[in-house]
Amino acid sequence: MSERDFDHPDVVLVPHGPMLLRGAESVQDLEGTVHAVDRPVVALCRCEKSSRLPWCDGTHKVIPR
Amino acid sequence: MRLPKPRGGLSEWLVARLAEPGLTGSAPGADSWDDESISLWTLHELSFRGFEDADDRAEWDPDLLGVRRDLETALEERLRARWTEAGAVAAPAPADVPTALEDLVAADDGPSLADFVRRRADRDQVLELLRQRSVYHLKESDPSAFVVPRLPVRAKAALMALQFDEYGDGDPNRLHSHLFARGLEAVGLRAEYGAYVDDAIPENLEMNNAGSLFGLHRRLRGAAMGHLAAFEMTSSLPSRKMVQGLERLGLEGPMADYYDEHVEADAIHEHLAARDICGTLADDEPDQAAEVLFGAFTCLDVEARFATAMLRVWEPQR
Ligand code: FES
Ligand SMILES: [Fe+2]
Ligand SMILES: [Fe+2]
Repeated sequence: MSERDFDHPDVVLVPHGPMLLRGAESVQDLEGTVHAVDRPVVALCRCEKSSRLPWCDGTHKVIPR
Repeated sequence: MRLPKPRGGLSEWLVARLAEPGLTGSAPGADSWDDESISLWTLHELSFRGFEDADDRAEWDPDLLGVRRDLETALEERLRARWTEAGAVAAPAPADVPTALEDLVAADDGPSLADFVRRRADRDQVLELLRQRSVYHLKESDPSAFVVPRLPVRAKAALMALQFDEYGDGDPNRLHSHLFARGLEAVGLRAEYGAYVDDAIPENLEMNNAGSLFGLHRRLRGAAMGHLAAFEMTSSLPSRKMVQGLERLGLEGPMADYYDEHVEADAIHEHLAARDICGTLADDEPDQAAEVLFGAFTCLDVEARFATAMLRVWEPQR
């Protein structure tokens, strides 16, 4: 099967939310630290307000848009 | 797990019947909401892990299924009536389901037990909350697992991605219900499955029964997935507060780790649930859109009722 039936992007930007990343093995944060990924999907913080960067911790929901 | 303590005539009849399969005769009516709730909880449990002192065949005993159906019908009617009363939002267009879920969650004004734990709860209150929560967290995600074969392709794949994470990504040490059991042990509580069911207040049993009802009926698959979405969408920020409260009380360690894992995991799960599960389900089966919202509302509503009941005891003056 060469044609794919469904869109299944590796990166999805959530409106006013994080970036969902599928199938990654490691992520480098702003300081240059590399974090191992052990989940099928991770949410990377885009608002830079998370308490556990580079991951989203839901804080974006409480900052005024 | 052993059969729970009866809480009235119906649960007394039920427990006797489960312990001794030879008994016949019809079920009496329930004496109270408590009696009704523990009876339905017990009947549902036959489809999860069962009881060491009950006959495994009871799960499909036609008399008991009749009792279960009556209790489920009453519960579902009660839950739907609350949704109607709360102003049941009209079914959104499939593409709008994730936003409709966000709006519903944002409008939720139920009291927050996590806030209470973060700021003011004492150690005994936190331990009591953990005992109550253990009824669900020791079987975390199990009700949603029943829904997998009932979903169309995209929603099925997304639910599996979410469940894979709930079940430890293949590592038994990271399975969420196992992390909670380790947490219970670390704070000196019992960790075996179903340990504190006899302490569960009816609001807690109703919360569990609603989740099991949705998970066990194919007809209610939309409600089950809406319920899951609302649960995940109201988890990461409160989990962070739980961590802060546990640390404030010197309860860092495995229990705080359990909540810590949920800060990160549920910040991912909420999007999988709202968009990839509920959104695609509504796209493939548009009649499920309204059911998704009903399920989400129910999740918020049963939690609000549980939190209100707990806080009424802890902070009667507020
Ligand atoms: S995007 Fe979620 S906390 Fe920043
Ligand atoms: Fe979990
Ligand atoms: Fe989760």
